[in-house]
Amino acid sequence: MNAHLQPSGSAYFLDTVKPVAETHALAVIVDNEPGVLARVIGLFSGRGYNIESLTVSETQHEKHVSRITIVTSGTPAVIEQIKNQLGRMVPVHSVADLTVQGNALTRELAMVKVSGTGEKRVEALRLADAFRARVIDAGTSSFIFEITGKTDKVEQFISLMVPLGLVEVARTGVAGITRGADGMKV
Amino acid sequence: MATNEMTGAEMVLKALQDQGVDTVFGYPGGAVLPIYDEIFQQEKVEHILVRHEQGATHAAEGYARSTGKCGVVLVTSGPGATNAVTGLTDALLDSIPMVCITGQVPTHLIGSDAFQECDTVGITRPCTKHNYLVKDVNDLARILHEAFYVATHGRPGPVVVDIPKDVQFAKGRYVGPKNIEHKTYRPQVKADQNAIRAAVELIATAKRPILYTGGGVINSGPTASKLLRDFVEMTGIPITSTLMGLGAYPASGKNWLGMLGMHGMYEANMAMHDCDVMICAGARFDDRITGRLNAFSPNSKKIHIDIDPSSINKTVRVDVPVVADVAHALEDMIRVWKAKSVTLDKKALDTWWKQIDGWRAKDCLRYKKNDDVIMPQYAVERLYELTKNENTYITTEVGQHQMWAAQFYRFEEPNRWMTSGGLGTMGYGLPAAVGVQQAHPDALVIDIAGDASVLMTMQEMSTAIQYELPIKIFILNNQYMGMVRQWQQLLHGNRLSHSYTEALPDFVKLAEAYGCVGMRATKPLELDDAIREMIKVKRPVIFDCRVAALANCFPMIPSGKAHNEMILGEDVADEDVGTVIDAKGKMLV
Ligand SMILES: Cc1ncc(C[n+]2csc(CCOP(=O)(O)OP(=O)(O)O)c2C)c(N)n1
Ligand SMILES: [Mg+2]
Repeated sequence: MNAHLQPSGSAYFLDTVKPVAETHALAVIVDNEPGVLARVIGLFSGRGYNIESLTVSETQHEKHVSRITIVTSGTPAVIEQIKNQLGRMVPVHSVADLTVQGNALTRELAMVKVSGTGEKRVEALRLADAFRARVIDAGTSSFIFEITGKTDKVEQFISLMVPLGLVEVARTGVAGITRGADGMKV
Repeated sequence: MATNEMTGAEMVLKALQDQGVDTVFGYPGGAVLPIYDEIFQQEKVEHILVRHEQGATHAAEGYARSTGKCGVVLVTSGPGATNAVTGLTDALLDSIPMVCITGQVPTHLIGSDAFQECDTVGITRPCTKHNYLVKDVNDLARILHEAFYVATHGRPGPVVVDIPKDVQFAKGRYVGPKNIEHKTYRPQVKADQNAIRAAVELIATAKRPILYTGGGVINSGPTASKLLRDFVEMTGIPITSTLMGLGAYPASGKNWLGMLGMHGMYEANMAMHDCDVMICAGARFDDRITGRLNAFSPNSKKIHIDIDPSSINKTVRVDVPVVADVAHALEDMIRVWKAKSVTLDKKALDTWWKQIDGWRAKDCLRYKKNDDVIMPQYAVERLYELTKNENTYITTEVGQHQMWAAQFYRFEEPNRWMTSGGLGTMGYGLPAAVGVQQAHPDALVIDIAGDASVLMTMQEMSTAIQYELPIKIFILNNQYMGMVRQWQQLLHGNRLSHSYTEALPDFVKLAEAYGCVGMRATKPLELDDAIREMIKVKRPVIFDCRVAALANCFPMIPSGKAHNEMILGEDVADEDVGTVIDAKGKMLV
C-alpha cells in the first residue's frame, strides 16, 4: 500500500534520483553539560546529515539549559529521522521544527569588514544604509558593518560587498524562535 | 562527620551494592586501583577477572541478556577503555543494558597526553547510549545511579562512567539510588491509546496477517513474551522473529514460522512478502531482515511497536506507529481486542495458513545427509536433541555456525539465546558464555562456535577455569571462515582470499593447555556419544566438532534481492553458486 513511499533499492544502494531536499531550522533544548555539543554534532556527522548552520548558547543559567538552533537540509524522511534521533538523546529535553511550525522568526548576525577608498567606500556606506547595517568600526580605509536579518538578506549584503572590497566576514549562524505567547518545553 | 561521607572509590562499591549488582566483569590497571582496593575489602559484589577487556564486555552482555539485569564492567584508562569499545558497540546495536566504569588519569593531567590517557568519553560517545566524565566526587554517586537508570530504561544500552583517579581518592557525600532517575530523560512506555485502537482496527481487517517480532520483546521482559503468546493464541496470527527475538514465542508453538531474513525460513520470508497486515513488535527493519527495500512486503499495511521513536519510519514507512514498550502495547491491544470482541476473518485466515503450509512443504532447511562427514546442520540438530531437556543456554560466535544454530536449535523460552546480531562480533560467544554461566551456575551453557571466531577471545577459557564455570565450547570446525568463504564462492569467483585458516591450533591440546577438557568428533556415528559425554563433564569443555568444510548456509536471500527471491540449497549446484548474485548485489554487504 505504501510501496511508493519507500526508498528504492536496498539499504545499500545509493539513490540516483534523490527526492527533493528541504531546509529546516530546528530548535533543540539541551542540558548544558560537557560534551553535549559534540554529541549533537557527532550525530550529524556519524549519520551523514547536513549542518548548514549551528548556534548554541546557554539560555537559562540557573537550570544549565542551552538552546541549539540547527539549520539542516534533507528529504522529509531524513528531517523526520534527524528530529527523532535528536529527541532520543539523553540530554535533549525537546526538539522543535521551526520550519514546520511555520510562524517562526529566524535571524542571524554578521560582521562584515570592507576595505576601500573613494567611490567604493561611498557605495559601501550607501548600501549598508539601505540594508540597515550599522557601522561598528571605521578607519580611513576600512569599515566593519554589523548586519542582522534572515540568512538571505545577510547573504545578499555580503555578495554586494565583494566588489567593494570585502575583506572578511564573521557570522553567528541562525537563531530562531516561534511567534506568539507559547515557548518550548524545557 | 556525616556517615555518608566517603571516598569516590568507596562510593563506586556502595552504588553497585545499592543497585543490587552481584557481579562485575573487569580487569585492573593503574587508573582503577583505588576501586580494586575497595573490591578487595568487601564481599557483596563478586569480581570476575577476565583476560581481555573485550571479554569483560561480552561477559556482561551474556549476563545481562540471560538475566534481564544490567551488566557491569570495570576497566582501566587508555588501553582498558579502548579494548572495551567493541563490546560497547555490540551492546549498543543489540540494545543490551550495561554500565561500564572506566578509570581515567587524574583530572589535572587530562589533556596532557599522560600515561594511559585517552579521550574515553570522546571515543565512546558514538558507541554508547550515554556517557559521563565525573569531575567532582560529589557528582559521582548521582551519576552512577543515573547511569543505571539510563542503561535500563527506554531502549536499553551501554553507559560509560569515566572516573579520574583523583576523584576516586577524593572524599564527598554519597547519595542513595532512591528517587534518582534522570533530570529529563523519560522514555515513553505507554502507547497513545488512539494508536492502539488504530492498530487493533487494522488487524481486524486482515486476511493475511503476520507478526514480525524482535529483540525488543526479550528486552521488554518475560511479561512481554507471555503477552505475545497470549496475543498469538487469541488471534491465530502466524509469527516470525528476527535473530535477536528467538525464544519470545516458542519454536514448538503452532503458529511459529521460524526466523526470517537473509538466512531465515522460506515460509517466513514468503509470508512477510505476501502479507496484507504486518505487526512489527520490537524489531527495527534491519537490512538483514528486509532484503531489497523497494520490494519489501509491497502490499501490506504496517504497524510498528517500538520504544525508540527513531526506529519508526527509519527505513520502512509504516502506517500505524506505536511508540511504547512492547509489553505495555500488547497488554493494551489485548484489552481493546477483547473489549471490541474482534474476530478475524476465519475463512481468509484458513486460506492464508494453507498457503503458508504450501511454502513450508518446500522444507527449506533440507540438506544432504552424509554418513562419512558430520554435516554442520546435523551437528546442531543432534546438539539440540541431546540438550533440549536440560536447562540450556546457547551463545554463538559469528558466521555460518551462528546461522545454523539459529535455524536448527529450537528455543522455547526468552533469554536462552545470546548472539551478536547487530554488530556481528566474532569472539562474542565464548566470553558471553562465561557471563551466562556466572549468572546461572547450574545451567548447561553452550557456545556454538566457529573455528575462526573462537580464537578471537579464546583466552577467556582461562577465566572459565579460574571461576570453575563449566562452559561448553562446541566448535563447528570447518577449517574455514565459512561465511566469508561462502560469500567468496557466491560473489568472487570462488577465489578464497584469506578465508582459510592455514594454521589452526589443535583444539583438544589447547583445551588441555588451559586446564579444561578437550574432545573431538569426526564421524557422524560418534557424535551423539561425544555430546552426551560433553554434557556429563562438569568442567569447561572445548569440543572440536569436525564438520564438512565446504557446506553452504541456505536458504539465503542474496543481498539486493527481495523476500520472494530466496535461493534454496537444493536449487544451486555447487558449480552454479557463483552466478546467483548479480553485479548490483555484489556491491552490497
Ligand atoms: C571481529 C570480526 N571480524 C571479521 C568479521 C567478518 N566475518 C564474518 S563471519 C567470518 C568468518 C567466521 O568464521 P568461523 O568463526 O570459522 O565461522 P564459520 O562461518 O566458519 O561457521 C568473518 C571473518 C566479523 N564478523 N567480526
Ligand atoms: Mg569456520
